[in-house]
Amino acid sequence: MTQKILAAAAGLERVEAGQLIEANLDLVLGNDITSPVAIKEMEKIQAKGVFDKDKIALVPDHFVPNKDIKSAEHCKCVREFARRNEITNYFEVGEMGIEHALLPEKGLTVAGDVVIGADSHTCTYGALGAFSTGVGSTDMAAGMATGKAWFKVPSAIRFVLTGKPARWVSGKDVILHIIGMIGVDGALYKSMEFTGDGIAHLSMDDRFTIANMAIEAGGKNGIFPVDSLAEEYIKAHSRKPYKIYEADSDAVYDEEYTIDLSTLRPTVAFPHLPENTHTIDEIGQMEAIAVDQVVIGSCTNGRLEDLRTAAEVLRDRHVAPGMRCIVIPATQAIYLQAMEEGLLKTFVQAGCVVSTPTCGPCLGGYMGILAEGERCVSTTNRNFVGRMGHVSSEIYLASPAVAAASAVAGVICGPEHNVKQVL
Amino acid sequence: MRKGITWRKCFRRGRVQNMNAKGRVFKYGDNVDTDVIIPARYLNTSDPEELAAHCMEDIDVDFIKKVNKGDIIVAEKNFGCGSSREHAPIAIKAAGVSCVIAQTFARIFYRNAINIGLPIIECPEAAMGIEAGDEVEVDFDSGIITNVTKGTTFKGQAFPEFMQRIIASEGLINYINNK
Repeated sequence: MTQKILAAAAGLERVEAGQLIEANLDLVLGNDITSPVAIKEMEKIQAKGVFDKDKIALVPDHFVPNKDIKSAEHCKCVREFARRNEITNYFEVGEMGIEHALLPEKGLTVAGDVVIGADSHTCTYGALGAFSTGVGSTDMAAGMATGKAWFKVPSAIRFVLTGKPARWVSGKDVILHIIGMIGVDGALYKSMEFTGDGIAHLSMDDRFTIANMAIEAGGKNGIFPVDSLAEEYIKAHSRKPYKIYEADSDAVYDEEYTIDLSTLRPTVAFPHLPENTHTIDEIGQMEAIAVDQVVIGSCTNGRLEDLRTAAEVLRDRHVAPGMRCIVIPATQAIYLQAMEEGLLKTFVQAGCVVSTPTCGPCLGGYMGILAEGERCVSTTNRNFVGRMGHVSSEIYLASPAVAAASAVAGVICGPEHNVKQVL
Repeated sequence: MRKGITWRKCFRRGRVQNMNAKGRVFKYGDNVDTDVIIPARYLNTSDPEELAAHCMEDIDVDFIKKVNKGDIIVAEKNFGCGSSREHAPIAIKAAGVSCVIAQTFARIFYRNAINIGLPIIECPEAAMGIEAGDEVEVDFDSGIITNVTKGTTFKGQAFPEFMQRIIASEGLINYINNK
């Protein structure tokens, strides 16, 4: 499926794994950390301007609202570049959201698109049947100037998802299970193609979460077939023309895995790699793991459904004494909807703090940095050494349901355990 | 040209020739991620020297004190996994490292390193056969990696000419400008 999209973007009839191609880009994305480096590089090539002011998205989201003077300078650099080049899709504080939640919501990414972004989680848009992948700032600069990028056509791994996931099992558990199975380099340089009748039981938010973390298995991209649910999403959010590509029935895959979603359990990745996974049942057999902080948000799990799930667990309950629970809706639209549904009230009443959209704590920027030896259950995507603060702090990656349950219990547990204990 | 890396007869008759790196080795294991190469708390700057001052800080506190210009990093699987931050190869290069050898590299890091002109080579045998402190020489033309300390050689992947040109130009952007 990925190969078909790349062939079309390169103006070729077909391409093969390993082939080097130059493809036309439908969107080039950057944030407040990666764009300033790209802008400097663009100035060096003395580019006359950008290739298409409507096909560039600049989203300051990592350290905004500005966390310090240096971050403010970076944001100013991006803002001025956007003004100078009349970039249509520049999103200022107050309009912005976490880039990978914001772009699909604004209709900027649709099926069949080729998207590069100077952020590793750009692979998120594969949920909509687009080819999207993370690159660095220099590639972003060349992309903004020329509208093209070179790619080595990836081979693919096929994941056949069957069955219906049980209650409390979400897209996060599916992708953590897969990363636990194949490892953090299990899909290195490859495309992860998801298929099978189990996809019908995954919401769009689940699919965004799964595609988002393809990079955590080393994947070049993660991609889903475009079914009626995906098409409805695209039509509801975008007026851009889209094109549906389907994998050939005789497509060649390097490897194939079949996963029965009905057998999966809520899954947690222990420090310091996303592949160190344990099911909630295994954790139940271990000595209790006390937690100091919980983060619910990020480009992985800051969408409306994630907040609804967390609120369901937190409703009429309170976080454990001494627990800091930080909830971050990923976009302004999600924030507003969460407000209308009373979710934000539930969070505040439960003793959580609710933040404006930001990547903040996920990458140890601000809004929830960990001290020496502290432990956090987080719905984010990486639990590397020092990722969220001190090098001796620990991050446990989990779904919103597990994160919310752990916030209430003060130890890592699933919502089932929590409901039993608290009620 | 900085000490430890020699670009002899670069661009003679329009060809890049005899690009070498030579230095002492810093050795790391699997999955060295970009968060330990350059922690995000320092990403409020894009100045190479400022970034270099914190290079590898969360995995090897003394790295920046010990590293000399020309030194080489050798690691095992999936070096540079995680974030797309180009600040990671920028920090390594600005710290004076002349080459990174690994069993495998994460794909965004691989692209970024070439694009900013940091030589990197995949070679599983070399990753196994080289230890911290060894003196190692790399010939980019042939992909031959020599462990001078142990007297062993390994065949890494040679760089195609366009990649050598990008590296010799200190990055893709200069390469485009030189064309």
